[in-house]
Amino acid sequence: MKRTAPLLIAATVGFIIIVSSFIPYTESWGEDSMIWFDILAAVAFVLGGGNLLKMNLKKVSDRRPGWAYSAIIIAAFLITLTLGLLKVGTHPNEVFWNKPWSGDYIGEGSALWWIYEYLIYPLTSTMFAMLAFYIASAAFRAFRAKNMEASLLLGTAFIVLLGRTYAAIILTGWLPELAHDAEPSFFGQLWNGLRLEKLTETIMGVFNLAGSRAINIGIALGIASTSLKVLLGVDRSYLGTGED
Amino acid sequence: MNNRANAAWAIIFVIAAIFLGWRIATGNFGRIYVERQQVTVHAEDGSVAASWETHTKVPPRDHLGEGVSLSIPRTIGLWAGAILTLCIFSFLYGDNPFYKTAESIVVGASAAYLMVIGFWTQIIPNLIGNIVPDWTRTWATPGLDPEAKADYVYLLPLLLSIMLLWRLAPVGGWISRWPLAFFIGATAGFRLIGFMEADFVAQIRATIIPIWVRNPAGGVDIWASIGALTMIVGVISCLIYFFFSLEHKGLVGKTARLGIWFLMITFGAGFGYTVMGRIALLSQRLEFLFYEWLWLDSPTADAVSGAASLIMPGLGA
Amino acid sequence: MYEFLKTLDRRWVFLLMFLAVATPILLKVTFPEKPSAMVMDVFQAIEGLPEGSKVLMAWDFDPASRGELEPMASAFTRHCAEKKLKMYYMALWPLAVPMIQDSIRILEREYPHLEYGRDYMNLGYKPGNEGVIKVVITNIRKLYTTDHYGTGVETIPMMSGVTSVQAMDLIINVSAGDPGTKQWVQYVATPFNKRMVAGATGVQAPQLYPYIPAQLVGILGAIKAAAEYEQAVIDGYPHLAKIATAKEGLRRMGPQLVGHVLVVLLVILANVIYFIGRRRGDTR
Repeated sequence: MKRTAPLLIAATVGFIIIVSSFIPYTESWGEDSMIWFDILAAVAFVLGGGNLLKMNLKKVSDRRPGWAYSAIIIAAFLITLTLGLLKVGTHPNEVFWNKPWSGDYIGEGSALWWIYEYLIYPLTSTMFAMLAFYIASAAFRAFRAKNMEASLLLGTAFIVLLGRTYAAIILTGWLPELAHDAEPSFFGQLWNGLRLEKLTETIMGVFNLAGSRAINIGIALGIASTSLKVLLGVDRSYLGTGED
Repeated sequence: MNNRANAAWAIIFVIAAIFLGWRIATGNFGRIYVERQQVTVHAEDGSVAASWETHTKVPPRDHLGEGVSLSIPRTIGLWAGAILTLCIFSFLYGDNPFYKTAESIVVGASAAYLMVIGFWTQIIPNLIGNIVPDWTRTWATPGLDPEAKADYVYLLPLLLSIMLLWRLAPVGGWISRWPLAFFIGATAGFRLIGFMEADFVAQIRATIIPIWVRNPAGGVDIWASIGALTMIVGVISCLIYFFFSLEHKGLVGKTARLGIWFLMITFGAGFGYTVMGRIALLSQRLEFLFYEWLWLDSPTADAVSGAASLIMPGLGA
Repeated sequence: MYEFLKTLDRRWVFLLMFLAVATPILLKVTFPEKPSAMVMDVFQAIEGLPEGSKVLMAWDFDPASRGELEPMASAFTRHCAEKKLKMYYMALWPLAVPMIQDSIRILEREYPHLEYGRDYMNLGYKPGNEGVIKVVITNIRKLYTTDHYGTGVETIPMMSGVTSVQAMDLIINVSAGDPGTKQWVQYVATPFNKRMVAGATGVQAPQLYPYIPAQLVGILGAIKAAAEYEQAVIDGYPHLAKIATAKEGLRRMGPQLVGHVLVVLLVILANVIYFIGRRRGDTR
């Protein structure tokens, strides 16, 4: 029961969704399944938050190294949760002014909005902005033209890096552009194509297109195979080890 | 050498601290000003039913405008955001408690933010709102369709939700496998269709294109034809490279090698675009620090006056 | 010099990158942009729509990619407002809701003649990733019973006759990853043959090229394309040139140039050091 029921659930809902894509009569079954899926996705946020709280509370109570940071996590979590759930600082919807809970939970000026705008937004965007530094460092430490393949990669990267900025105009702007009205000649197209910005477009539209398309096809086959294995009960890894 | 490097870094930090101190001393930065508007809601008899104030942020250069006043909460927020930004950047020098504190704040706040969003956007309107729409309408979603009836089928996703949350319980956590299986099965179902249609069939169809491309005048467009042929050869050679059940020897080996070259060009292009993306993110954070926090902006916003205003605020305005 | 460069502390590289990006920002270095063919395809896809056409504005990004994608989102909003299209905003990312609010703020400030509920509306965010797409493509009202502000969708004038995303004339998606453009292509554009344009981050854009032109009309790939699109919109509607926030992408191309040149020089320098080392037989 512990392992059979989930397999049956996975197979049933999976096949309902597949069938609903092909048979219009069953379309509403697929819609309802997906709405349940979306509801469970929201509950998964609650599960994630609960798990975070549980783990960090344990760390604080056990006084494990770094427990002070866990205390900060818990404090930030509980404050944000309280302010958000209670809709502190929101004003009601103008149409439903007599319903204080009807307002926008993240309306400008509300407490949750303040936390988003001045804590979450600067912190998450800065964390990703740091990647610019690491990419420069990685470029300096790791990228070596040791063989033909690496040289191709680096050469392409140079063309794209320069071609996607004004450097393309500075370096190859002297090459003739194609005239709009005249029928382009073979060599006219060649010189125009050697301009860095045009070369970048060619790389993206021909070579990158070919490679990405092949990757997409490969991934699609892999996804199809994995999905079928899950739906047919061959792959049961999501059920865990079965020790609980 | 290490001492020289440390000395150099110390000098850099001292210069940065002096600059910051100078900006603080000359004042006039790190503030948010808002325009205040009164919103008034009238009852059916014309009397004022409710009234509240909304605030609209104004750019720093408009802070002396009419009807504009300082916003203390937003100014505190601006400083919090700027200081936390610098705390995150401090990781570039080395791991330190400031970075760890900032990281802890974002972890906790983000997790709670997601919970709040999930609650107000889905759990209330689409779960509770479907089971007890009349009750939900009285307080949380008064805009719900007044003719909406209770749909007790939604007790099933409610049950699945409780089972999912049981994962946190000390015993009986295995019951959460049922809703997880629902998730996994649904994902497998729609991804199978989506990927096969858009990433397999459609991609193969898009690869079968004429290699003899005609231009609008009716002649042959040689470069377009070369491009089409190159693309087809590229896709096939990459797919042959991915076919690991066949030994990459002889003609297959040579084709696979060509495929690797196409993939290297693909990855090189990807790297170039990735660098572009990351630098744009850094630009945006530095713009925040320089313009929104330190107010290093000149109203005329051209290169010369932009640089001049660094020397003396107001110069080049 | 060789030993110094070989053992260079990466923090000096960080400092170089900081200077490379900060200096053009402070000096306000900008460059003229000429829209490419792909960007013009995206521009024409919107420009060719008659007034009153329905456009789904699917904002699927968060603060982490705001620097790259906000210029695109703002430019799309202004372009659709100039064309007097009906804009339906929604989000698949939880942190994207304030991004929609930023776009709506543009409409409130710069296009006060446009009215919420008649010309634009905010459906908001729903959890579920591509599960949301799978519902709204056949029945949007089952999932979105109210808009983001709690107003019943049946009372909103521009929702009249709109029962699913299939009613849209164009889908504009600004995406930072999954769920995003790929999912909209897989579950909407391909099976239902809906016209769609996208703006994507630099990381994602190269992976979307296989969808062009059969499944996607075109994409704006990274900040360069955002700058070109802003220029295209300004060329079409010159009064927008006076608005500083309409040129955010254009402003960010200055630091891009210097940053890119720095990365190229660093790679060249690193390879010079490598080949010198190889010639010296340095195996470290």
